[in-house]
Amino acid sequence: MKFSVIVDALPHLLGAAVTTIWISLLGVMLGQVIGVLVCVARQSGRRALDVAGGVYVSFFRGVPLLIQLLLIYYMLPLIGIDVPPLVAAIGALSLASGAYVSEIYRGSLNAVPHGQSEAALALGFSAPTIWKRILLPQAFRISVPALVNELILLLKASSLISVVGVAELTRTSQTISASNFRPLEIYLAAGVIYLAINSALALFGALVERRLAQG
Amino acid sequence: MAITESPAAAVKTPAPAAEPTPMVTIRGVSKAYGPNVVLRDIDLTVNKSEVVCLIGPSGSGKSTLLRCINFLEVYDRGEIRIEGQLVGYSDTTPRRRLSNAELRGLRRNVGMVFQQFNLWPHMTALENVAEALVQVRGMDKGAAADRARQMLARVGLADKADSYPSRLSGGQQQRVAIARVIAMEPHLMLFDEPTSALDPELVGEVLQVMRDLAADGMTMVVVTHEMGFAANVADRVAFLDRGRIAAFGPPREVFHESPDPRLTQFLQTYHERNSF
Repeated sequence: MKFSVIVDALPHLLGAAVTTIWISLLGVMLGQVIGVLVCVARQSGRRALDVAGGVYVSFFRGVPLLIQLLLIYYMLPLIGIDVPPLVAAIGALSLASGAYVSEIYRGSLNAVPHGQSEAALALGFSAPTIWKRILLPQAFRISVPALVNELILLLKASSLISVVGVAELTRTSQTISASNFRPLEIYLAAGVIYLAINSALALFGALVERRLAQG
Repeated sequence: MAITESPAAAVKTPAPAAEPTPMVTIRGVSKAYGPNVVLRDIDLTVNKSEVVCLIGPSGSGKSTLLRCINFLEVYDRGEIRIEGQLVGYSDTTPRRRLSNAELRGLRRNVGMVFQQFNLWPHMTALENVAEALVQVRGMDKGAAADRARQMLARVGLADKADSYPSRLSGGQQQRVAIARVIAMEPHLMLFDEPTSALDPELVGEVLQVMRDLAADGMTMVVVTHEMGFAANVADRVAFLDRGRIAAFGPPREVFHESPDPRLTQFLQTYHERNSF
């Protein structure tokens, strides 16, 4: 073990870690939007929307992220769409997380008592207003622990996008260790950085949960 | 005095004002869940400014009937009219069931208070009351907040405006729920066992608010197990049993002069449970 190797590589690794973080955050945010839309579609009571949502969820939950990523990366150019690696990576991450998030929201919505929307209905609220003002805010609170968990999983899963050549933390570690022949030190450092990021996320999640619990 | 299901007889009871105006008319309403009949041919008229209490054993259909009045529950046959307007269906032959969107106009004039309060936990008491004013009445936020504050004061909770429901007692939560409804200036209020989820010592404060509303001339239909409230505040009481109105009239008659054996038995059970 030579720690000087780590010290030398650290600026590169930290820079790559920033890439990992913003790709993951972007993936999770787009995943949120997709997740909410899919969840609402599946609860809308329209059969076609429900089926479409169900197919989406089962595909993106059932196929490994790595395969999804490679499919997006290699298949889209076949139909004339040239995707830069970064776009393919973010696309795959958000589509996958959207599938999980929609299921998280579905579970949380079921946990909101029926009387909550009934009270709004009795006051003359429209259905979209009930979703926006009553159901989704409550479902969101219930789902915070699961969403933080999802964010952590996604951040780790983002190491897979190294295969399409995006210079995030894992890819950068590979590159550095291939040139200095010190894989143990480099991967150890990468592991510690992942751990640090996720610990911070978990802490942030606990903080948000406590804030919401006061309401 | 004879107990009757006929609404015509109900009109004969001495009216406080000159000519009673019907607020709710229920005619031949029936409802079944598959083979299980929960409402059988119900006739009932509630006049303007009148308080009608629905009493009866659990499973008698009283809550179902109440929920049919604002169409949270669908009735199969018969008709319910509020201020002449048919509830839940188009006024055509054959009639067509209305969507929730089409029911909004009716529901904004009919307030409902629930057994479980159903306050929104992510909003303060003030926000709970102001929300419908903004979302349904289209008031701007400032005006809605002012009005919400007035309504909270009316139910004695001016100092709890910024509290979340989880910080309020059951009685306070139910009073906020009542404030939320009266802020909308409903023509009619429905109460579905409003005190059944409360600790005994908190029942009084909610009943007092309801008494005040009745005294102000609010038209109220109240499903309740509070016989004292029914006896003292109701203009008329309907005893439901197995989906039928088995007794109907002024409280004195229903409580003391009804020959119906099921009602006698029901009141007997009530007295035994409340005596010690």
